[in-house]
Amino acid sequence: MVMEIVCPAGTPAALRAAVKAGAHTVYCGFADETNARNFPGLNFDRTEMREGVAFAHSHGTKVLIAINTFPRAGDEAIWHRAVSDAESCGADAVILADIGLLDYAARSHPGLRRHLSVQAAAANSDVINFYAEAFGVKRVVLPRVLSLPEIAVINAETDVETEVFVFGGLCVMAEGRCSLSSYATGLSPNMNGVCSPASHVEYHDDDGVLDARLGGYTIHRVEQNEAAPYPTLCKGCFGTNGKTGHLFEDPVSLNAERLIPQLQKAGVSALKIEGRQRSRSYVAQVVRNFRAAVDALEAGKPMPEGMLARLSEGQAMTTGAYKKTWR
Amino acid sequence: MELTVGANQFFWSADIWASFYDDLANAPVDRVVLGELVCSKRLPFYQDRIPEAIATLLEAGKEVALTSLALITLKRERKLTSELTEMGVEVEINDLTALAHLPEGTRFSVGPLVNVYNEGTIAWLAARGATRVCLPPELPLTSVEILTATAAKLGVAIEVWGHGRLPLAISGRCYHARLHGRTKDNCQFACEDDPDGLDISTLDGQPFLAMNGVQTLSDSYACSAYQAEALAKAGVAALRLSPQSSGFDELCQLYRQLVDRGRDAAHVADAIGRIDGNIRLSDGFLTGARGVDWSGKPAQP
Repeated sequence: MVMEIVCPAGTPAALRAAVKAGAHTVYCGFADETNARNFPGLNFDRTEMREGVAFAHSHGTKVLIAINTFPRAGDEAIWHRAVSDAESCGADAVILADIGLLDYAARSHPGLRRHLSVQAAAANSDVINFYAEAFGVKRVVLPRVLSLPEIAVINAETDVETEVFVFGGLCVMAEGRCSLSSYATGLSPNMNGVCSPASHVEYHDDDGVLDARLGGYTIHRVEQNEAAPYPTLCKGCFGTNGKTGHLFEDPVSLNAERLIPQLQKAGVSALKIEGRQRSRSYVAQVVRNFRAAVDALEAGKPMPEGMLARLSEGQAMTTGAYKKTWR
Repeated sequence: MELTVGANQFFWSADIWASFYDDLANAPVDRVVLGELVCSKRLPFYQDRIPEAIATLLEAGKEVALTSLALITLKRERKLTSELTEMGVEVEINDLTALAHLPEGTRFSVGPLVNVYNEGTIAWLAARGATRVCLPPELPLTSVEILTATAAKLGVAIEVWGHGRLPLAISGRCYHARLHGRTKDNCQFACEDDPDGLDISTLDGQPFLAMNGVQTLSDSYACSAYQAEALAKAGVAALRLSPQSSGFDELCQLYRQLVDRGRDAAHVADAIGRIDGNIRLSDGFLTGARGVDWSGKPAQP
C-alpha cells in the first residue's frame, strides 16, 4: 500500500494548498492552547475547521485535528470541547497526547478515531500496545529519537499504525517531556503549545556582532554577514569547560526523503511533514515532492533525488536519529 | 508533610552509591525511591548493591520504591522494566512502559517524569492502581492545589519536586558522549566525572543548564523553602528531595526542620544556598514567571 503523506496546515489557505498538491491527509488545530503549534495568526476557528474538512473531503483528503497539549488543571472543559467539536466538524481522527484526554475521548466519543501524538513520546511496542488496549489508539506518531531498526522492531510487534516525521523541524529531546522552554521563558510546549516563543526572542547588535537571546539568555552569536539562526533552545550554542558549541544539536532540520524506501520496509504507514507555521507555497512544494516520491516507490520507479534541499532555508539537513548515528 | 528522596539522577560509583543509601537510613526522611532513572548503561555498575540498600532502608523504617527508567526504547530496557516487580518493593513508573508491565491491580506510584497535568489523568491512574503521584516539576502552585484536592478524593497522595536540579529533558542521544565525539553505544561512560551534572553556560558565561548523559537539567537547584507552607496547606503529602553529591544529610535535616515548622523559610533557604557554596536556587515553576526565577519570599496564599 502506498505510504500516506500527512501534511501540516496552519491556515485554511495552507489546507487548500496541501489538498490541491496531493496530500493524502492534512493535520491542523484549533486556534487556542489545545494544540502544540499555538502561534499567533495560526490555526482554525470552528467555522474554518468545518469548511476546511468539507473541502478536504470533497477532494478525497482526510483531516486530522491535533489536540495534543496537556489540559490545564481546572480547565479540562476547554480540551473536552475541542474533542467534541473535532467530531462535529467531521474530522477523520484526533491526535491526542494526554492520558486523561484519551480516556475522555474513548468514553465520550468512541466513534472518533484516536491517534497518539508524538507528544506522548511512546517509544517502544509495549507502551504502544498499552495505549491501544487502554484507549483504542489506532495510530501512533513516533518520537524523533528512534533509529530505523528500532522502528522496524516496533512495527513487527504492534498492529497499531505508525507515522514518522520525515521533513521539517527536529526535536532532539523526547517530545512532550521537555520543559527547557518553560524553564527559560515560562511558556512550554506541554502547557501552552509553544517552544522557544518569538515573544521572548531578542536580537542585540554590538559593533557588528549579532547576539540572539531567548528569555535573556544569549544562545547564538554571529558576525553581521552571517545568517542568524532562530534561537531554539536545544539548537543553541553553549559553553562548558572552556569548550563552546552546539552541545545538543546543530541548527539543522530533518530531511529523511532518502530513507523513504527503508521506512516503508520498516513497516511505517504514514510520513509526516512538520510545519504548521509554514507558508502555503512551502507546504504545497513539500507535499508535491513527497507525493512524487511515494508514488514512484509504489510504481517501482527510482526515487527523485535531493528534491527538497532548497526548501531548508539555508539550514543544514540531517536524517536525525533514523540512521543510528546517535547510538 | 513527609520527605521523599527521589531516584538519584547521576552516575556515581557503586561504593559511593551504596554509602549514600547507608547514610540515608539515618536521615530524617520518610520514603526513598532508588534505582536507575536516566541511563540503562549505568545500572550494571551498581545493580548488585540494590537489594542490600533496600534491606537497609526498610530496616530503618523507610518506605522504599524502585524507579523505572525515564525513556525506554531497547529490548534490554524493556526486559529490565518487566523485572522491576521482582525486587519486592513498590514500583515508581517514570515511563508508561512500566505500567504496561505491571500486573493489573498492582499498586504503584507515579514519578515526576510522567505527564500528570490534570484531574482526568490522576483519576485514570488512580483507577489503574496509583496510590501516589509526584507531579511534574513544571506545574504551577495553582495546578498543584487543584490536583491535590482531586487526588485526596481518590485516595492518592501528592508529592511535589521540593529540591534539586530540575529534570528538564530526556533524549535518545547522549550529550556527554557527543561532547567527547562519541555515540551513545560507545560512550565510555563520559558522564562518570560529573556527580551533579556538567555545568553549561550561555555565550555570555551565564550559568544555565547541566548535562547528565541523555538528560538535561537546570543549572539552578529548585528549592521549595518559600512554598512549603502553601504546599502543606494545599494538602501536599510530601516534598521530594533529589540526591546531590555533597551535603545531602544536612539538606535533609534542613527540610525536616522546615516541614516540622522548626525553622522559618528564610533561614532554611539561606542555609541551603550555603551548603554547596556556589549554587543558584529557583522556585519559578511553582510561583514565578519562568522556571528559573527565584522568589526569595513566601508564596502569597
